[in-house]
Amino acid sequence: MTDQQTNATSHRLQLQDVRLSLRGTLLLALDADVCGGEIVTVMGPSGAGKSSLLAWLAGFLAPAFSASGTVLLDRRNVLALPAEQRRIGLLFQDPLLFPHLSVGGNLRFALPAGKQDKDARVQAALVAVGLEGYAARDPDTLSGGQKSRVALQRLLLSEPHAVLLDEPFSRLDASLRRDVRALVFSTLQRAGLPTLMVTHDPEDAEAAGGRIVQL
Amino acid sequence: MLLRAAPWLVIALLTLPVGLGVGLTVLPAFGYLPVLGGNSFTLQHWQALFASPGLSDSVLVSLQAGVLTPLLALSIVMMFLAGISGSGLERWIRRLVAPLLAIPHAAAAFGLAFLIAPAGLLARLVSPQISGWTRPPDALIVNDPLGLSLMLGLLIKEIPFLLLMALAALPQCDPQRRVAMARSLGYSPAVAWLLTVLPALYPLVRLPLYAVIAFASATVEVSMILGPTLPPTLSVAVLQWFSDPDLAWRFQAAAGALLQLGVTAFAMLLWRCLEALAAVLGRRWLAAGQRGRGESVVRVGGTFGVWLAAGLALGGLVALLMNSIAGFWRFPDNLPGAWTLQTWSRTLPEVSGPLGNTLGIAAASTAIALVLAVAVLEGEQRDGRKFTPALWLLYVPLVIPQIAFLFGLIVATEFLRWVPDWRLVLFAHLLFVLPYVFLALSEAYRRLDPRWAQLASTLGASPWRSFWRIRLPLLLGPCLTAAAVGIAVSVGQYLATQLPGAGRVPTITSEAVALASGGNRSIIAVWALLQSLLPMLGFLLALYVPRLVWRHRNGMRDRQ
Repeated sequence: MTDQQTNATSHRLQLQDVRLSLRGTLLLALDADVCGGEIVTVMGPSGAGKSSLLAWLAGFLAPAFSASGTVLLDRRNVLALPAEQRRIGLLFQDPLLFPHLSVGGNLRFALPAGKQDKDARVQAALVAVGLEGYAARDPDTLSGGQKSRVALQRLLLSEPHAVLLDEPFSRLDASLRRDVRALVFSTLQRAGLPTLMVTHDPEDAEAAGGRIVQL
Repeated sequence: MLLRAAPWLVIALLTLPVGLGVGLTVLPAFGYLPVLGGNSFTLQHWQALFASPGLSDSVLVSLQAGVLTPLLALSIVMMFLAGISGSGLERWIRRLVAPLLAIPHAAAAFGLAFLIAPAGLLARLVSPQISGWTRPPDALIVNDPLGLSLMLGLLIKEIPFLLLMALAALPQCDPQRRVAMARSLGYSPAVAWLLTVLPALYPLVRLPLYAVIAFASATVEVSMILGPTLPPTLSVAVLQWFSDPDLAWRFQAAAGALLQLGVTAFAMLLWRCLEALAAVLGRRWLAAGQRGRGESVVRVGGTFGVWLAAGLALGGLVALLMNSIAGFWRFPDNLPGAWTLQTWSRTLPEVSGPLGNTLGIAAASTAIALVLAVAVLEGEQRDGRKFTPALWLLYVPLVIPQIAFLFGLIVATEFLRWVPDWRLVLFAHLLFVLPYVFLALSEAYRRLDPRWAQLASTLGASPWRSFWRIRLPLLLGPCLTAAAVGIAVSVGQYLATQLPGAGRVPTITSEAVALASGGNRSIIAVWALLQSLLPMLGFLLALYVPRLVWRHRNGMRDRQ
């Protein structure tokens, strides 16, 4: 599947009657229908369970929490699947490039098994964000913005069908934040991916340009 | 499947043999051992035990070592930590202390003996100029009847052990903020540490401390080298009865092994009382609110104790090295008249067999322990919950005196007509290697940021792929350190080699200890040095291999 083809098939992420509780106390209740290329923002104060919601969707909720409801990705119930089969990608607050792998190694790790010409895909992913020739680099030597771009490309190479953003720009300084944000949003929209973002930064919500859910 | 079974396998492996061993010690102690003609229960072996000359002295020395040395070691370590709190030296101290821990008990004991004996290195250093001695003073320093040198030998190993355990647990107690808070209330730094950090730290080092008590009250090899001889400590007496060619002594040995269990349990009970007393006094101290007093006592006491222990351990190594290459060495001379490699060249050909056994058993037991420990910890990560309820069971082989259950295990193998060989030795070593490997690895494994594995799974990696490609490489350093700990523990085992191997599986340690009564200093020195060398090599590799592997990865530098 190339990027163009991904464009054609539009994915859809549906959250129906979702309720998240911490030790019996209801934290949040949410319904959302996210279409391909759309970015829905969930806003709320800290402690509202935003990050736990994403952890639950991605497939690794801490045992203290409990959740109910239906989550469909392309009409498929993802809650029955282990995290690695859900095809839901996640960008954390930090880029989290694996420190023991090279930049290229990080990208290769995300490629699904059985792909042909892995090297060429890794190269193309680096070229797409202006990091040509960085494959052999130690990720620790990259700047903050470069790390964010590699993390984004790594996410795309894993060919997700939906993406979760967990305050992905909060750790970047102000000047960098705008550029990275624009790149992430435009890339995800171009890829036609339904995206759910949690944040407490109104600027993030505004820049996303999609629906906003206040908790 | 394997991961699900791993915790139960580990628990069974560590508790069943110990339980069986103790159980099978009880029967012969009361006269039941059909192989040796004991078919009915009787108390006569207990009567014989209590009638044996010097038994009360043996018990008292064991008990004294079991309570006093942990108390001294703990006090010194806590005062030391209180004194250095806030200095940022913790990391360095960890590095410096690790090699001390690598020295096996027997080698440290030999080193100390060579240092403090009447004709030892220290006496030579002060003679004849300061002391006026022209011949070795006629004093029984090593093997003294009060067991003082035995306790000193235990202390120089207990202090680094407790120091490392405490340093590993310290970050959980948030010492900086506690001390800062107390200092803002007017307490001086070391006192602030003792009043606010120690109460949180103590519960975390409690189990290792009980392991120290068990070892100190029941050690065999340190007693054989440094302890009193007529009578010896209880554990050594039991081993002598057990090893007597006349197998009828086995009944009394079994009763003695049970008595040892009781002595160790009593030492722990006394310790419980001390804990309660300390809690009462500590509360009073807290409530009294005295601020400035005690600061310098704490600082000086801790620093002096730790440096003394480190100095004696390292000085012992120097003494061993000098003795191993000394030619003729007249008494008051500081240095030998001649240096020679003769002892080395004569001893090394005899080393290869024991060395092969030592390395093979250490490598195999460590590898098995590492696989089991990683399986338990990895299963924990995947389930998302800690395997705590049973954690104390890991300590079972460490808090029960070795002789009390190894004895019964030997009875079991003899009953099954198993010929003692290296497999039994390997199994016995595993009982001690596994707990230490698990303890060495668990902290780092549990602390690893869970987001790495979560991230890998959102990228489509299966749990096993994420284990092999992400978690294991990220934990390479801690895994190698745990392996080095395992090798050090295995190399140092004396009783777990001697009893299951019935003397037919010689290792560097069993050979070295066997020389203790022989008295050829240069040969002893060579074996003791070899014994120290192996664990140190392990720790060196664990330190430098990750650096080499990750030399092009800056982000891995702080993870070792």
